[in-house]
Amino acid sequence: MNQILIISVVALTTIGVIAAIILYVAAKKFHVEEDERIGKVAELLPGANCGGCGYAGCKGLAEAIVKAGSLEGLKCPAGGNEVMEKIADTLGLVAEATAPQIAVVRCSGSRQAAPKKVDYDSIKSCAYANVVSAGESGCKYGCLGYGDCVKGCNFGAIHIDEETGLPVIDEDKCGGCGGCARNCPRGIIEVRDRGPKNRRVYVSCINAEKGAAAKKNCSAACIGCGKCVKVCPFEAITLDKNHAYIDFTKCKLCRKCVEECPTGAIHAVNFPPKKVEETTELSKTEIIVNK
Amino acid sequence: MKTFTLGGVHPEGNKLSRGAAIEKFPSPQIAYISLSQHLGVPAKPVVAKDDKVKVGDLIAVGEAFISANIHSSVSGVVDKIDDYIDTSGYKVPTIFIKVEGDEWNESIDRSQDIVRDIKLSSKEIIDKIKEMGVVGLGGATFPTHVKFMLPPGKKAEYLIINAVECEPYLTSDHRILLEKPDEVLIGTEILRRALNVDKAYIGIENNKQDAIALLTEKAADYEHIEVVALKVKYPQGAEKQLIKAITGREVPSGKLPIDVGCVVNNSGSTFAVYEAVQKNKPLFERVVTVTGKTVGKPSNYLVRIGTSCSQLIASVDVDLSQIGKIISGGPMMGKTLVSTDVPVTKGTSGILLMHTGESSRSLIHNCIRCAKCVQACPMGLEPYLLSAASKNEMWDKAEKAHIMDCIECGCCQFTCPSYRPLLDYLRVGKRKVGQIIRNRAK
Repeated sequence: MNQILIISVVALTTIGVIAAIILYVAAKKFHVEEDERIGKVAELLPGANCGGCGYAGCKGLAEAIVKAGSLEGLKCPAGGNEVMEKIADTLGLVAEATAPQIAVVRCSGSRQAAPKKVDYDSIKSCAYANVVSAGESGCKYGCLGYGDCVKGCNFGAIHIDEETGLPVIDEDKCGGCGGCARNCPRGIIEVRDRGPKNRRVYVSCINAEKGAAAKKNCSAACIGCGKCVKVCPFEAITLDKNHAYIDFTKCKLCRKCVEECPTGAIHAVNFPPKKVEETTELSKTEIIVNK
Repeated sequence: MKTFTLGGVHPEGNKLSRGAAIEKFPSPQIAYISLSQHLGVPAKPVVAKDDKVKVGDLIAVGEAFISANIHSSVSGVVDKIDDYIDTSGYKVPTIFIKVEGDEWNESIDRSQDIVRDIKLSSKEIIDKIKEMGVVGLGGATFPTHVKFMLPPGKKAEYLIINAVECEPYLTSDHRILLEKPDEVLIGTEILRRALNVDKAYIGIENNKQDAIALLTEKAADYEHIEVVALKVKYPQGAEKQLIKAITGREVPSGKLPIDVGCVVNNSGSTFAVYEAVQKNKPLFERVVTVTGKTVGKPSNYLVRIGTSCSQLIASVDVDLSQIGKIISGGPMMGKTLVSTDVPVTKGTSGILLMHTGESSRSLIHNCIRCAKCVQACPMGLEPYLLSAASKNEMWDKAEKAHIMDCIECGCCQFTCPSYRPLLDYLRVGKRKVGQIIRNRAK
């Protein structure tokens, strides 16, 4: 009995010692000098590995920044200017401030505005639903509502509203990395500048059908009437493929187009109400829309 | 009796309309003729608004290599060329024709006589088929003339006429065999000459014994044509499975039937070829089965292309409040209609009205690794694995497991005891992997 015990202990100890020596030699021989700054920069980044910067994860961006030795053209969209400044301080570089961005959903086809015509009963995936049919409302440009965008967000900044069936973006959590936009098979989600004081105006529809056809499926569709284009004093609005688009670099947030839009497809976000009695809540997105 | 070896399932036949003779369906008020009712590039319209057209006039021409001509199915005035919904609800360019009278193009031979004498040469036959816009009427609508233009270096040995009709419910091919046996045989002979082969087989499943008997008797006059009775098994009507069943040859992964010396053509299309070559009649009408368990009068109609499905449904005596799903095609591979306003196209082999109980999906359970789907897959794939790869977006794994060989027959989903939507996942995966492969080629 004792003998077995002794043999095991001795054998294991010997194996342990030999393994330790091999590991020690290997560690010395194959040692790779890693720039310690990479670890520091990676620690400053959000760590969600969203891929919004164009690199495979936060470590990838950190490596690129350290290797390049400048912050030009490199940016963590999710972390924003705050994180970039911290990185600049650590590395002794200069961070160029860029406008903070946010994702916006360019579809107003809620269950109320674009009622169901048929039932879809297959797998709950926008990618698949987009392949087999134009959608329950019949609008082939509109949101399908099965939440592929939610799966694409690593920050928990987007969810599907139960009542409207549309995605809602949490302004505090969204960094504008574009993960949701990349996952949307219909290209409904756009990453735009947040705008001064978080205020922005955008056309919440991308329907390219003619007005009458668009209106048949959805009462909130942009019908391409062009009223907003005429009323805009800054030439910020263009009409293409039967729907309007507001260029956020030219828009001065005057909101004339919002008043003019006959279907309410233009959304103005985070503006203080002009007159209390005229304030209407279009959806549960906590967006206050002034008419 | 012959059949294919790998996989397959036995769905209930439900051939409710097998006894219903083909009836001519009246012309619609407005014909919606889609410009992309064939596989490949949409045809280009050659008529404009307010043009007068007769039945059989060319209205759109297929210019690309894989494309097909489209002819007017009615006589009247072109109302407009605009977008109109197809089966999936997506809009496709469509020619709207307001119907006035029923005036036919003079070049069409409208007599009932059977023309037996084949005058044209191989090349002339193929040109005629192309001119008359014949496509595969089984559902895939691949332009027929392209199949018969063999790539250089390839040689055909067998022509196979697909009269299997393995989809439950559908009977349009069965009725054509029974009512137009001579025409189908002459069509086969025409295609055999076009292909320049010595042997043509007509494959018919054993649940159509009347058609097998009739065709066998008539085929005695044709020394190169043989009728083959096949054991009933789905999906025997799939090209590769039919080749395996009749010739014993297996089409390798990623290859075409011509690589094993075979060309397969649907029996309905063979009848259309007869009409095109012998009667100079373009493909502008087809037989459509309208059926379902709660349908009072399951029927086979000869329908002009562009007729709205709602008209067909209205004529078969059915209570629409009990209908849960309307399918264009058969229950296994057909597409669910999003609206009854969808027009009949060259690919509409049937309209199936499923009642609510039959059409609703069962609750999805977890995979129990029973491998029934593996046994059922006629292509020898592992659907449980492919669906999981597709669900988890592991596209490289799906590609390695040969997702592109899936023929979307639906056997896996049919046999799954956990009611998992295997085919749905496979379709997403196939589309995605296809995109990746195409991008790589660029």
